Amino acid sequence: MSAVIDGFAVVLEPTNLLYCLVGVVIGMLIGVLPGLGPAATIAILLPVTFGLEPVTAVIMLAGIFYGAQYGGTITSVLLRLPGEASSVVTVFDGHALARQGRAGAALGIAAIGSFIGGTLSIVALTLVAPVVAGFALDFGPPEYTVLALLGIMLVATISSGGRIRALAAAAVGLLFATVGRDDFTSAERFTLGNLSLADGLDFIPIAMGLFGLGEILYNLEQRHRAVQAPTKVTDVWPRRADLRQSSGAIGRGSVIGFVLGILPGGGAVLSSMAAYALEKRRSRHPERFGKGAIEGVAAPETANNAAATSSFIPLLSLGIPANATMAVIFGALLIQGVTPGPQLVTEHPELFWGVVNSMYLGNVLLLIMSIPLLGVFVRILRVRATVLAPITVLITLIGAYTVNNSVFDIGLVIAFGVLGYLMKKAGFDPGPMVLAFVLGSLLETSLRRSLLLFDDDPTGFLTRPISGVLVAVFLAVILLPLIQTVLRKRRQPAAGPGAPAPESPDLEPSGAGPRETDLRTDASRAESGVSRARSGAAPAGGDASAGAGASPAGAAPVDAARNRADRERGAAGQAGAVRGSGAAGQAGTVRGSGAAGQAGAVRGESTSDAEETE
Amino acid sequence: MTTEPVEEDRPPLADPAANLIAAALVVVLGGVAIAGARSLGPGPGTWPMTVGFVLVLLGLVLAARARRDEPPERFTSGSLLVVAAVTGMIAYVAVIATIGFEIPTLLLAFVWLRFLGRETWRTSIAVSLGATVVFYALFVGALDVTIPHLF
Repeated sequence: MSAVIDGFAVVLEPTNLLYCLVGVVIGMLIGVLPGLGPAATIAILLPVTFGLEPVTAVIMLAGIFYGAQYGGTITSVLLRLPGEASSVVTVFDGHALARQGRAGAALGIAAIGSFIGGTLSIVALTLVAPVVAGFALDFGPPEYTVLALLGIMLVATISSGGRIRALAAAAVGLLFATVGRDDFTSAERFTLGNLSLADGLDFIPIAMGLFGLGEILYNLEQRHRAVQAPTKVTDVWPRRADLRQSSGAIGRGSVIGFVLGILPGGGAVLSSMAAYALEKRRSRHPERFGKGAIEGVAAPETANNAAATSSFIPLLSLGIPANATMAVIFGALLIQGVTPGPQLVTEHPELFWGVVNSMYLGNVLLLIMSIPLLGVFVRILRVRATVLAPITVLITLIGAYTVNNSVFDIGLVIAFGVLGYLMKKAGFDPGPMVLAFVLGSLLETSLRRSLLLFDDDPTGFLTRPISGVLVAVFLAVILLPLIQTVLRKRRQPAAGPGAPAPESPDLEPSGAGPRETDLRTDASRAESGVSRARSGAAPAGGDASAGAGASPAGAAPVDAARNRADRERGAAGQAGAVRGSGAAGQAGTVRGSGAAGQAGAVRGESTSDAEETE
Repeated sequence: MTTEPVEEDRPPLADPAANLIAAALVVVLGGVAIAGARSLGPGPGTWPMTVGFVLVLLGLVLAARARRDEPPERFTSGSLLVVAAVTGMIAYVAVIATIGFEIPTLLLAFVWLRFLGRETWRTSIAVSLGATVVFYALFVGALDVTIPHLF
């Protein structure tokens, strides 16, 4: 317990407070740039934190993380450009409120909701993470092998662009991770005789290139779609009635967010949609949703922040990043000498609690900063992308150099930037690649150690209780979608678009016609994306292995309505991103462990397109 | 209160057969991995070999689904901007070690603003000069990183 309090003492030192504050501000600054979600923002800003003490750097990262999250909310409400997939549903009511001149209230309630959701989630994390870590201390190489595989598989399942593409991207990431000296034999692999490659590819240029530069190049090609910023935002404080209306939504959003956030994959995305769907379903006036219901902003914003926070649990307690943003944080922590994993809390409690407490602080500062400074951020939105793009590129290039003082690293950023751009053109999500790259060496090392342990007998994985269970889960993740596909093909007529699925909260009505909240850019992609719903994974109860032992409720890409005509008239008219799972003919039910009850959330391909494009 | 976002067309989609190119690249990459892994031999080569086979397999599945999957976006005239931007960045990397980062930074910002972003001459000059000065102050002055610099 004293470690917790000591941690607070460290965090509250004035310098650390200052860095956290700076982190929140620059996180928001970069986060409001179109297309740059939290993963890209953190990657771009990583070099800024290098010169700092580990604890200070981690605190600043927490600030950047929360600031970047909120930056996406600002653009969702004001420009209806979600900075990331988890803010997509915020667009519906947030932008409607903005059109009624109540953008301030929407942003204010989002900040308050984010704060409450985030803080509750941290409290829960404080309690849960050490328990999970204690449990995971018994994990050996076999468990880690299966855990890493499972993590990659689940992220690929929920990622955009189709599962096979995501898996291919992940496999390429694994391959990149093998470049350099082999840990076991010191043989040089794929280095092409290049000395700069002997120590392997560095994580930072890859993340900067794939997430940051690739996105900027992609936007450049679109000639920086001219989007004008709103004139001004007034009345930032939500009215008392708003608060009263939102309080339930914030409470439920916190719980949904926390539970779903633990799952590997798109926790924040799923949870924001589930929370929105739940509020709409509970509401006595569901027709208000999409027309400026304040709960429609409060619920998803609370949930996505709660989920973003609870996705730290698998990272801090198991050392397995649950999504692309966590992969970037993982890399950042490694550079600071913090190795996330079960040993962290026992061997370096000061670092562990430093990280956790800096999250408390980041959240508080976010609330304090966001409301008074909204005007400033809104003004930043008025700076044209054509001006911001070159500046961001230069920060990225120079920043990449400063990490290792290596010009070669700048070259890597450019190479991966081009790769990221091409992947985006071809519909491959870079997220799984980065995640697989980060997990690659852990996976290979654990696998080889396990095989040594088992005398090269792969059935050994099945004989250990924990790894055996994990293998079963892993197989289920692979097989369930296949079975579903087969079953669906058999019952093709039943699965037509619009087939009702009673279990799932329905987001569809709002998307039935050409709709205000179309997510613009998705016009062309939304097509099959709309129908390609994916159901999430469900945790195996609230037990300690929740993060790891997630058992999929089913993870099938649902290609129900592949309608060319739809595509041509821009299926983004169908709310672009979110469709009721019912419409896809497939109930994407996410069973939270208890409290969340059943909430279905389905993510269309376009969702993450929004994330990548905007 | 807000202006309507400009409805801009995304690049048109390419022929579904273009998916075959992406699939072929995945297969080729897998093949390269397998070939490289073979020369490494068992031990260091086993894992890359496994990943290589997975890639080949996934590439083949992608090829089989090429007609059904959503095709890649077509390259448009806008893609030339990307080519120009990348060329500029490569030139930047090539010279930064010898002549320092100030002049390349200034030029890269200016070219990007004026020619890629179609900003006015005045904005382009002002912003590129301003950005270079700020970067100099930040990286050389404040952070004292060892970036090669001229002044």
